[in-house]
Amino acid sequence: MSTTDFLFQGIIRAFELIISLNPYILSITGVSIKVSGTATILATLTAIPLAFILAFLHFRGKQALIALINTGMGLPPVFVGLFLWIMLVPAGPLGFLRMIFTQEAMIVAQYILITPIITGVSLAAIKAVPKPLIETVYTLGGDQKDAVITTIKEARFGIITAILAGLGRALAEVGAILIVGGNIARTGSIGGIGEGLSETRTLTTAITSETSKAEISTAIALGIILISLVLTVNILANFFQKRD
Amino acid sequence: MDELFRIKDLSMAFGEKVVLENIDLTIRRGEILAIIGPSGSGKTTLLRILNFFEKPTCGSMKFDGMDIREINDIRRRMSLLFQTPAIFNTSVFDNVAYGLKVRGVDKKAIEKKVGVALSIVGLSGMEKQKACTLSGGEAQRMAFARAIVYDPEILLLDEPTASLDPANVAKIEDIIRRVRDELGTTIIIATHNIPQVRRIADRVGILLDGVLIEVNDKEKIFAAPDDARSEAFIKGEMVY
Ligand SMILES: Nc1ncnc2c1ncn2[C@@H]1O[C@H](COP(=O)(O)OP(=O)(O)OP(=O)(O)O)[C@@H](O)[C@H]1O
Ligand SMILES: [Mg+2]
Repeated sequence: MSTTDFLFQGIIRAFELIISLNPYILSITGVSIKVSGTATILATLTAIPLAFILAFLHFRGKQALIALINTGMGLPPVFVGLFLWIMLVPAGPLGFLRMIFTQEAMIVAQYILITPIITGVSLAAIKAVPKPLIETVYTLGGDQKDAVITTIKEARFGIITAILAGLGRALAEVGAILIVGGNIARTGSIGGIGEGLSETRTLTTAITSETSKAEISTAIALGIILISLVLTVNILANFFQKRD
Repeated sequence: MDELFRIKDLSMAFGEKVVLENIDLTIRRGEILAIIGPSGSGKTTLLRILNFFEKPTCGSMKFDGMDIREINDIRRRMSLLFQTPAIFNTSVFDNVAYGLKVRGVDKKAIEKKVGVALSIVGLSGMEKQKACTLSGGEAQRMAFARAIVYDPEILLLDEPTASLDPANVAKIEDIIRRVRDELGTTIIIATHNIPQVRRIADRVGILLDGVLIEVNDKEKIFAAPDDARSEAFIKGEMVY
């Protein structure tokens, strides 16, 4: 069999796996969406209020916090993974939580990674609301509450873009969740292609392991799903950016 | 005539830069007072101080006999139309209704008042249009409607016609006169358009380099000003 034949067969088989709603692939996709989705929701609940506090209030340590967020935006995922692993292993300071190699640990890892991104991008969107517009709120008799409401309305598309940027980053991330999640799946009784069910195996971590096992068709199927998800998120983000 | 706003010995500096110096000014209820002066003389800064966006370095201000404490209460009795109006990314109706909504006016009354304000500025029937799609002249007139819709006692206008064509300038000037005559609103207008001052002002203050060199009735200023620099500025002889 030539290389192209081999690839061609792999792609055909990948589509078969997707179309037949293969349970193993489905369960991996489900874990990915659940982990990254939950992390994005939790990160959003932290990041948006934080961005508004940073934009509207003056307090000591604000500049330090902004510097921390800027650093956090570029945090290497493997570093976050390593740090969390040290904290969560049974002998670690938070070992009693018994969280290592669980979906919860993965959610925490992605939360740490994307909260700074959503905060930073939202803050930029909030700051981009023209100052004269906020002054208009005040001159027309509004108070600080009205100023915040107007800012949310004016910056809404930028804030949605920030959330989607966080989600996209979480879905595509592999280093941190591989370390703290362990890429675990229950294998099926036969152990053939596309058998078993994911526990902490996501699209990205599965692609690494399936590729190294030379399960090319499974890896390609996972890759197609991952790219479709990330692409959808990006198209949505683009749409909202254009509306701004 | 009774006074509405009194400013005494007011000075303003941004860092080292002195922008207004020892301003004494009394604003009378129901008048149209024009503040004229070349670019950079401090007109916008003065209006921003009157609307509490800047805190003067020193001096005292009294509004309607009261010392200024509760800024928000006094601010709600006035309105500042910016040199370049900022527009909310909503419909014309929602833009104009804004000042009424934050005052908790009920829906029926809002609809009525917005309708009246839009008809004053000649934008009736455009309620539903997205405000950001208005032409420059229309946007200026919408901002005007938004500023007068809640019947402010003082209307501060910062070069309201600077970027408009003659037809729109005439419309705005007409609106300014009508607002004063029909609603009794006190109006302070900053401008460097001297023919406009001749057309609409009752009194004129001349601001040069942050110093209010003369405040007088319009007739007096144009016929026989007290200060030689006033005459030079009005006649356009002053080179800046
Ligand atoms: N926030 C600020 N910081 C520093 N300088 C300022 C600030 N605001 C205004 N100025 C300065 O104050 C001076 C007066 O400005 P102002 O905007 O009041 O002038 P103006 O008379 O309104 O001019 P124009 O006719 O061009 O609008 C200018 O030299 C300006 O650079
Ligand atoms: Mg100005």
